[in-house]
Amino acid sequence: MTMEKRILTARFGKIDPLSIDDYIANGGYKALAAAVKMEAGSIIDEIETSKLRGRGGAAFPTFIKLKALVGEKEKTRYIVCNADEGEPGNFKDRHLMEQDPHQMLEGMIISAYVTQAQKGYIYIRGEYDKSMAIVKKALAQAREKGYLGKNILDTGFDFDIEVRSGAGAYVCGEEFALIESLEGKAGRSRPKPPFPTNAGVFLKPTMLNNVETFANIPHILEMGGAEYAKIGTESSKGTKLVSISGNAANRGVFEVPFGVSLKDAIEKLGGGVADGRQLKMVQLSGASGPILPADKIDIPIDFDHDIGAGAIILMDERTDIVDVLVRHAEFFEHESCGKCTPCREGNLHLVRILRKVQAGSATASELKAAENLADAMINTSLCGLGQSAPVPLATALASFGDQIRDSLAQTETKENA
Amino acid sequence: MSVLQKILNQNPKTEDYLIETLLSLQEAKDEPYITEEEIADIAEHYGISPTRVSSVASFYTLLSLRPRGKHIVQVCRDVPCYLNGSENILEAIKKNLGCDKGETTDDGLFTLEETSCLGNCDGSPTMRIGEETYTNLDTKKVETILAKYREAK
Repeated sequence: MTMEKRILTARFGKIDPLSIDDYIANGGYKALAAAVKMEAGSIIDEIETSKLRGRGGAAFPTFIKLKALVGEKEKTRYIVCNADEGEPGNFKDRHLMEQDPHQMLEGMIISAYVTQAQKGYIYIRGEYDKSMAIVKKALAQAREKGYLGKNILDTGFDFDIEVRSGAGAYVCGEEFALIESLEGKAGRSRPKPPFPTNAGVFLKPTMLNNVETFANIPHILEMGGAEYAKIGTESSKGTKLVSISGNAANRGVFEVPFGVSLKDAIEKLGGGVADGRQLKMVQLSGASGPILPADKIDIPIDFDHDIGAGAIILMDERTDIVDVLVRHAEFFEHESCGKCTPCREGNLHLVRILRKVQAGSATASELKAAENLADAMINTSLCGLGQSAPVPLATALASFGDQIRDSLAQTETKENA
Repeated sequence: MSVLQKILNQNPKTEDYLIETLLSLQEAKDEPYITEEEIADIAEHYGISPTRVSSVASFYTLLSLRPRGKHIVQVCRDVPCYLNGSENILEAIKKNLGCDKGETTDDGLFTLEETSCLGNCDGSPTMRIGEETYTNLDTKKVETILAKYREAK
């Protein structure tokens, strides 16, 4: 018996990702063909019934975005796919694009049909060279077959999609930073509201979703929202692609129904820890997610338990918690866009203090300062980057506080008191 | 027609194509960085200030305003790779190239950089050279890969 449930990954390894004919022969573009014969309202109803929530980490209900776009007076509208997968430990969007690219396109085209958007963008991180090449080829094939471009499936509906490359900025995975980047600017977020559904790309109504979210849409229409909602838990419906990495024996992407045990997924899919070592801790969601000690992983995989975009990073007994925290802090310091003070300055000081902890020269009051700073960043940063950067530290202090305090200097120095 | 002009002509003349233009230009050049003259030309093309162009070019890690070697070697430094020995990989590359991170080899062939997560954590440790990502690295594999680039020059 397997704990996997393969819906989005059902075609992985069975089709040639570069062949649209393979995709069509395996049920592809059937949902789109059915959708263009439906009322937009009933498509939204199906998605509402399915309780689909965003798969990029924020878990926002997808139907609300669709409804919001439809309700806008402005008729110039955009569909944007967030393929800027940069959160350390996540690689499922790369697999979706490289193994079954049309699935995500089909979800985007259906979304465009529902909202009568004219143009779509797929923003792919600049380091995903292969994903970019495959998606561009898939777009050309979809155009050729009449699924994209003018008069889609003889409905009179026009919609086309363009690929845009990121250029090496993690923050562009944040929705407004991505939108700024699409507009040819530095990726710095905007205050909300207005939300992208009201004033997104070029200040026009924009529906922005993660690759996996779009990839779910054709399946929801095919099986029906009610049937889809039978999979998963009360809060989290459907399946989730998880990326298992770190010291796992069997690293990779796995699709599981929401609600399966994290511990089981780690042991059965991830094969436990490599080389017979002991598990020390697991980080969920990515660099910005919580760090759980090995005895706290008997929890379900769902949105209530911080699964986020789906990263599961295993760390074995050799791992030093402080080393991990320093590395994460350096990551966020480098990736902060610099627009808001809590994130720009906060990350700088977290790095400084954590390096001192690592060197054994930090005092207890400095560590306390870092803790307070983390709290301020979580509450006052402009976007998700600054709000979540201190999460690993905050959660590690709760579980590994003693180990961290063991690294402190024995006496308070005057300089820092 | 200059390389830059050709690239500028590929896309509509709206400033949302600025990043695409900068990336394409860098890719087309032997030395992957953007010069001051190019910034001025690009600014004029889009009718925006040179400061606006350089603010974008300096924001993104994949763009450079400083001279760099022909091949950019980016070694992932984030936790999933770190857990799989990326520090040893970085040391092996430093030794092989004879330069530190942020530096360019004397022959101008390589620039060594550390990078944030490359999204290949199922094959960590990883590095990217130019547009190629290499996974499941060990110190031997690194030697072979770098040798391949040296031979190809």
